[in-house]
Amino acid sequence: MGKKKAGQLRGLSDRTSDIILVALCLVVVFLVAYPLYYVLIASVSNPYDVYAGKTFLLPSEFTLNGYKAVFADKNIFTGFLNSIKYTVIGTIFSVVVLYLAAYPLSIKDLPGRTFLSIFFIITMYFGGGLIPTYLVVKQTGLINNMWALFLPGGVAVGNMIIVRNFFENSIPKEMVEAAEIDGASKWTTFLKIIVPLSRSIMAVMVVFSMVAYWNDWFTALIYLPGQEKAPLPLVLRNILIKSSASASQASTISGGYAELNKLTEMIKFSSIMVAAAPMLVIYPFVQKYFEKGFMAGAVKG
Amino acid sequence: MSKSKAAARATNKSVSQRIRAYWQLYLMLLIPVVLTVIYKYIPMYGIQIAFRNYKANRGYLGSEWVGLQWFERFFKSPNCVRMIKNTILLSFYSLLWSFPVPILLALLINQLRFNKFKRTVQTVLYAPHFISTMVVCGMIRIFLSPSGGLINLIAGTNIDFLSQSAAFRTIYIVSGIWQDAGWGIIVYMATLANIDASHYEAARIDGASMFQRIRFIDFPELLPQIVLMLIMSAGNLMNVGFEKVFLLQTDLNKATSDIISVFVYQQGIENAKYSYSTAISLFNTAVNIILLVVVNKLASKLSEDVSFV
Repeated sequence: MGKKKAGQLRGLSDRTSDIILVALCLVVVFLVAYPLYYVLIASVSNPYDVYAGKTFLLPSEFTLNGYKAVFADKNIFTGFLNSIKYTVIGTIFSVVVLYLAAYPLSIKDLPGRTFLSIFFIITMYFGGGLIPTYLVVKQTGLINNMWALFLPGGVAVGNMIIVRNFFENSIPKEMVEAAEIDGASKWTTFLKIIVPLSRSIMAVMVVFSMVAYWNDWFTALIYLPGQEKAPLPLVLRNILIKSSASASQASTISGGYAELNKLTEMIKFSSIMVAAAPMLVIYPFVQKYFEKGFMAGAVKG
Repeated sequence: MSKSKAAARATNKSVSQRIRAYWQLYLMLLIPVVLTVIYKYIPMYGIQIAFRNYKANRGYLGSEWVGLQWFERFFKSPNCVRMIKNTILLSFYSLLWSFPVPILLALLINQLRFNKFKRTVQTVLYAPHFISTMVVCGMIRIFLSPSGGLINLIAGTNIDFLSQSAAFRTIYIVSGIWQDAGWGIIVYMATLANIDASHYEAARIDGASMFQRIRFIDFPELLPQIVLMLIMSAGNLMNVGFEKVFLLQTDLNKATSDIISVFVYQQGIENAKYSYSTAISLFNTAVNIILLVVVNKLASKLSEDVSFV
């Protein structure tokens, strides 16, 4: 009954606009998803069919050879492992630093709070630029050291403000006060109340941080010149941008130039999937927190 | 109640008492502050090498003061005008085309009444944001390849788009919209989610069409956020897109793809001309700040309720 009534209230024009709306959204979804879908199909198809335009909708001559070749390539595999290492260590480091900065700044009567906030926020708008930063990284001995990827980033100030606002607005004050009346120190309060109660925003920050480290290649290009330390996207630069087959690939192929060429083309598609898939699988899990997080951050940016 | 109690307690303690009570908090701030000083503030101090002839063995202060020599050299360099023009035009066109898209998408998706479908649409739209620029540029190269690239297959042509200066900005902007417009809706969706449902009910009873609801309820609600986002984008106008331009630049499309930030990288990292590179970068920052101030002024005239910072 109620449903029918609501339907009548909406009237015909509303139903028409609903249809138009859904149709428009489907077009947008198609435009966004199709390029990725096409790469996915091409990565498991015969490359000659891909280049002949036979794989617009479905794969042709299904094969996983592209993926086998990706993981058989020593450079790509090393890059893959490097990226996992950098992402794990970098994320733990960044989120810890983020929390260490956000919590004290969320305490309203902390002497020097305004000054410290401004101290961090300035770095969002002004920086030393490429070379002055490079020189400091060099002087602190971080060239070709993994920590060059993490330390110079310092505090992710935008994220820090979101987390700080979350602490201020979404953690019940009563709980913090009760703990402190029971004699808990600030540090205990932080570990026992703030951290467990902020899991949702922490999940968002962990994902943001993982994505940033997994996808970063420019920092590594500048600070990690050694080939054996390159993260996955930087290794892929040779394959995707410079279009050159790596030496280790060439040596493992016996079928001559044509076969190598075929494999090089396949690797382009499969390596894109290998680089993109991990983050594409992870973000939907914290999607529902994104908007909340931005809301908390927007309240008092 | 609890608020006033806390305030009373706070005022009961003097500053020095609070500093002593909060020593653990200062200890927590130690690592973030030290990192920020070393890697953010010392480099700012290091900008002065733009006015010196930096020699590694002499340090920032020991290197010879040369005034505006590096700036003069930049302004006299053959491609200076082209680079400034390309940087501004690429950013400006990019902002012009990219900026409205997330707003339109957010208004559209916000009207969806089927929550599961809405969520799925959002999930798909966010996806490209989580992909590395490197991968996106790889995809661009594959799709635009003259032999067997997706675009040429569909159009039945064999054009080498990346070797054409005329196509570069379009490639840059379209791929940018593909990657970031979906993610850009979040800030707007968050605002729209806050609109009181009773507004819609009232509008519906008054017989307002969907378009009218968007026009008279959603859009005015979004306007302050739109202005804020515009100011922030303008503040980044000169910083736009180093990574993508760097990866998509070819010798043949340089007439439009030659931009300041790529030149800063080439001079600084590839050629190790530290002072020269820093000077160009500083010039870039200066233009950026001027743009930020101008847009901020314009925007505050547009909308009285929004104040920035």
